[in-house]
Amino acid sequence: MSALLALRDVWVEYGDKVVLERINLEIEEGAFLSIIGPSGSGKSSLLRLVLGQAGPTRGAIMLDDAPLAAECGPDRGVVFQRYSVFEHLTVLENTLFGLECAQAPLIARLFGARRRRAVETAREMLEAVGLGDNCDLYPAQMSGGMQQRLAIAQALIKRPRILLLDEPFGALDPGIRADMHDLTTRLWREYALTIIMVTHDIREAFTLGTRVLTLDKTRVDPHAPDRYGSTIVYDIPLDAKQAEIEPGKGVQKGTKRDTGAPANDISHADRAPADRSDHGSHDGPHDTPHDTLRDNSITIDKIHNN
Amino acid sequence: MRGLNRDFGQRNNLLLGLIPIVALILLYLVLAGERNAVNPNDKILPLPGAMAEAMWALVFERDQLSGDYLFWSDTFASLRRLGLGLAISTLCALGVGLLLGVMPAIRATFGMLVTSIAVIPPIALLPILFIVFGLGETAKVALIVIGIAPFMVRDIAAHITALPREQIVKARTLGASTWQLLLRVALPQAMPRLIQALRLSLGPAWVFLISAEAIASDVGLGYRIFLVRRYLAMDVILPYVAWIALLAATIDVLLMLSSRRLFRWAHGSEH
Repeated sequence: MSALLALRDVWVEYGDKVVLERINLEIEEGAFLSIIGPSGSGKSSLLRLVLGQAGPTRGAIMLDDAPLAAECGPDRGVVFQRYSVFEHLTVLENTLFGLECAQAPLIARLFGARRRRAVETAREMLEAVGLGDNCDLYPAQMSGGMQQRLAIAQALIKRPRILLLDEPFGALDPGIRADMHDLTTRLWREYALTIIMVTHDIREAFTLGTRVLTLDKTRVDPHAPDRYGSTIVYDIPLDAKQAEIEPGKGVQKGTKRDTGAPANDISHADRAPADRSDHGSHDGPHDTPHDTLRDNSITIDKIHNN
Repeated sequence: MRGLNRDFGQRNNLLLGLIPIVALILLYLVLAGERNAVNPNDKILPLPGAMAEAMWALVFERDQLSGDYLFWSDTFASLRRLGLGLAISTLCALGVGLLLGVMPAIRATFGMLVTSIAVIPPIALLPILFIVFGLGETAKVALIVIGIAPFMVRDIAAHITALPREQIVKARTLGASTWQLLLRVALPQAMPRLIQALRLSLGPAWVFLISAEAIASDVGLGYRIFLVRRYLAMDVILPYVAWIALLAATIDVLLMLSSRRLFRWAHGSEH
């Protein structure tokens, strides 16, 4: 089976600055891919590539075996950390927007029976994200969590091939965040979604994802910090079911990517995560020492420092 | 209690706001009374009775020469010029401002031109307008438009440019074309800002209107003030100025109320 989305030897450079290098990635349909990495490791750049907001400097991106145009399109939905919903539209109008754009090219508004059908679809979607009773509110009247629910409903109504989440729960309270995790998992199962999520929260990455990707630099030239970009250093498949029964098992399947760089070239090896096999037995997704910390927004930098 | 934290409530705030206005009026009455006690024919600080008498003729009696009620024909002429100028400026701001804000290519091409026009003092262009359009209505309306449209265009363009990038991307992923983006995302979000810009432009618009009327006109509030100045007719000038202030304040309040009513979402904390 060929992958839904494939990145082949992708590089992203801004002028002299190399952001991403040698990215090779295949994403199967139905996967929930979490991407983690220190700040500035190109997580968001990778997401922007898939979104089509920017094109790769080198390499190819294929969606359903067709080259992906460097343009945003309705086959890829997105939820950002903030500003994902339209301030001037009510909850219902926000959700209708995608349908109206598709069905009324000229005025982007629907009337009569077509509108009633669209409203029905939108209401179903809003029920699914738990906003069924809030159709007439404006975003400014809602909490951050409700706004993110709306942003998800708004994206899902287009039935995108891939849903991209850019630190979607980063600005939410811990309690709300847990609710949103349940919601995301439920929607992912019910709608058979393929999700790529960028996050700073390691626990979130492991609880939600079926596969966790870690981006970091493998080579650093101290005299030219921008000379080398980040690449995939870990690609950890998690079997969700197995992980639930036996925490820790999933991680052991993890493979350290052969990054192609000689080991002694890694001048910041002290910063790289210790090899998983060293303490894989107690460092599972649900059983990490960090779980004892109440702060559930541990950044990868903290793990590095261990 | 610290003065900064003190809140008097809406009603008391209104009363507090009236105090200095009433005090000023009282001060005027005292000064006018003193002057009139010395010289009953004083023209500089007329008493309310004199003003009412002078205005009565303008408001309720036909002018012998033209057969018009001068006060009303002045008001009508001025409001018409002002309204036309504001309407044209608003349409300009909406059309040009939206395009400048949404399309980087158009911004790059015309942005500098709009900025250059905006820095020219409009009154300096008035002679050109009189030469090009003649001394009629067109030149006066054109002066208002040239005076306020560039500011409004730039304000709207800046507002649209500052819309979060995420919103534009989101709209694209929801299948919106450039036209749909303009129509459903940029335009509605520009509207409250447009009314805000219009309110801020009202002051300058009145300045340009009165200037144009003062220089070349035969009817209008500004024309009348500058005409009767020759006779030191403060009993007409003062009521006219008060009337202009009342008109300006009414337009401002109407704009504010319409914005609150039409664009409830933009006044988040108030609904």
